[in-house]
Amino acid sequence: MGRLTSTINAVEARGQKSLVAYIVAGDPHPDQTVDLMHALVVEGVDIIELGVPFTDPEAEGPVIQLAHERALVHQVTLLKVLEMVAAFRLEDAETPVVLMGYLNPIEAMGYEAFAEQASLSGVDGLITVNLPPEEAGPLAMALQEKEIDPIYLLAPTTTDARAVAVCQASRGFVYYVSLKGTTGSGSLDIKAVCERVAHLKAKTPLPLFVGFGIKDGATAAPIAEVADGVVVGSAIVTLMGEFEASPQALKLAVIELVRDIRTALNASNP
Amino acid sequence: MVSKQLGTNETLTSFPDQSGHFGPYGGRFVSETLMAALDELTLAYDSLKTDPEFLAELGSDLEHYVGRASPLYLAQRLTQHAGGAKIWLKREDLNHTGAHKINNCIGQALLARHMGKPRIIAETGAGQHGVASATVAARFGLKCTVYMGSEDIQRQSLNVYRMKLLGAEVVPVTSGSRTLKDALNEAMRDWVTNVDDTHYIIGTVAGPHPYPMIVRDLQSVIGREARAQFARQHGGLPDAVMACVGGGSNAMGIFYPFLEDETVRLIGVEAAGDGIMTGRHAAPLTDGIVGVLHGNRTYLMQDQAGLISETHSVSAGLDYPGVGPEHAWLKDIERAEYVAVTDKEALGAFRQLNLLEGILPALESSHALAHAVEFAATLRKDQNIIVNLSGRGDKDIPTMAKIDGISIG
Repeated sequence: MGRLTSTINAVEARGQKSLVAYIVAGDPHPDQTVDLMHALVVEGVDIIELGVPFTDPEAEGPVIQLAHERALVHQVTLLKVLEMVAAFRLEDAETPVVLMGYLNPIEAMGYEAFAEQASLSGVDGLITVNLPPEEAGPLAMALQEKEIDPIYLLAPTTTDARAVAVCQASRGFVYYVSLKGTTGSGSLDIKAVCERVAHLKAKTPLPLFVGFGIKDGATAAPIAEVADGVVVGSAIVTLMGEFEASPQALKLAVIELVRDIRTALNASNP
Repeated sequence: MVSKQLGTNETLTSFPDQSGHFGPYGGRFVSETLMAALDELTLAYDSLKTDPEFLAELGSDLEHYVGRASPLYLAQRLTQHAGGAKIWLKREDLNHTGAHKINNCIGQALLARHMGKPRIIAETGAGQHGVASATVAARFGLKCTVYMGSEDIQRQSLNVYRMKLLGAEVVPVTSGSRTLKDALNEAMRDWVTNVDDTHYIIGTVAGPHPYPMIVRDLQSVIGREARAQFARQHGGLPDAVMACVGGGSNAMGIFYPFLEDETVRLIGVEAAGDGIMTGRHAAPLTDGIVGVLHGNRTYLMQDQAGLISETHSVSAGLDYPGVGPEHAWLKDIERAEYVAVTDKEALGAFRQLNLLEGILPALESSHALAHAVEFAATLRKDQNIIVNLSGRGDKDIPTMAKIDGISIG
């Protein structure tokens, strides 16, 4: 069993819901990333989702686009992201790290070379935003070889037949994108999301996590009543932009936000 | 022979395969939210492409609204100047809105209407595809939003105003390099958000399946006409067919009906910008690496880490880091050849066609012209080249005037 699955099982055994925090590697500065990852873990984040900067992040809203641009100013390539994960692993052998990015940097490195290096660095899972399972065969094989979990997305537009196939291709967990739109856009119709999540959960034995539109404790708690975990992204990344010039203030703001969400999650799932 | 590289049930015109691949290229690399919309579009197109009513409506609009067939014109003075093969021009510049882009937009607007989508969106670089999209939106009573890089908006203010006159909303894109590729990113974001009521008209033979196929099919009216016109006006087949390649829609449109005529050389001309050696160009087939961007696998301008490079060309319509997947495949199987022409050479051809033929070509098309003149000189005088004159150059007059230091404000 991989680190991802054992962590999710342990959270469930505690009667809690998994909290996933997304930040873009190298945002706002490469020197801060590993430190921020540790801070997230201290505040009760169970899984870290690390964005791999790309020049053309076509599924991201403005907040996360800017994060990619801030990181790219410092030439944060995929190789540098893997170095950051390796540095994180020096002090944390427990917390799963999932990379989230676009296919081209992985293609450029080569699927096998990527899987090899990612595994050595301590990466546990991979979400490739623009890679549906239909096109993922060769990469999935390389990942399986190195026991890295491929995680696919479900969307509100996904048909039931597709949902089954997507879940079958996924390992670790399945990620439900709760709204039509880019990251950070719109506000959630929580009731509709919950109905959809309950419907989808019947189709897979894998844990189902929900992301997009979860901003704080108030939005996280009701979703976590039905989902196995929640992903918080743009809300954290917004702080990166706001406190770009002040690493200390940034860390405090991130801690405060994550603490609020963790508290709300625990309160609703005692 | 190219045909030896094909499988038993394959022909050069049987691609893409069921899942949208041209050999290793093409495919469908998009976020999950769009998969259903792409399936819906594939189904709608499959049922419409042989539907007599749809074809009649498309044919009627191409004739009476666009002004097709466009002439095939023997450019005698240009031929004389080149001193070799005869140069024939396929006059897409004479279409309504001044370029080949409208062929695709008419067809896709009909598709949108058939799917019951009241709104269309488009990306644009030079503004030609944006103008064509805004035009068909007005023609069919659809709402229209056009995404355009803020850099391009500065460069092409005439077309921006024109789109607004046509009732379209023009949204400036300020992310990334603020050019065509970023406009495409933004259009994808809009589509992800509004997929229920919106059809995205991609302007070129790139993007996720089925776009490269749909746009090629709709543009291949250019090659069908040219092939028949040449047979009628001259007899037989030309020795070469030439077109500029940015995303590659005008080239695919004229190449496709000639694919199985293996004696006809197909030559695509990319933008070499300041020169291939300088790295400041937009020629992924000449000097690119295979990768995945904007929904398809193809040749891309990118660095070693897989980050997309900024491109350069004097022609905004060619200023794009990718190229249609069918071109990537035709290059690999050696059915088509690809060369690149610098800004300077294209500007020379632009002036030349004005002086020798009284025709103002688009800067994009001028790339094909520049290579045609050079290539014609290497052929015999009884040989023939067809060049796709994909658009007219009115939109480029401000750029040329600026280069000449003339104020036409």
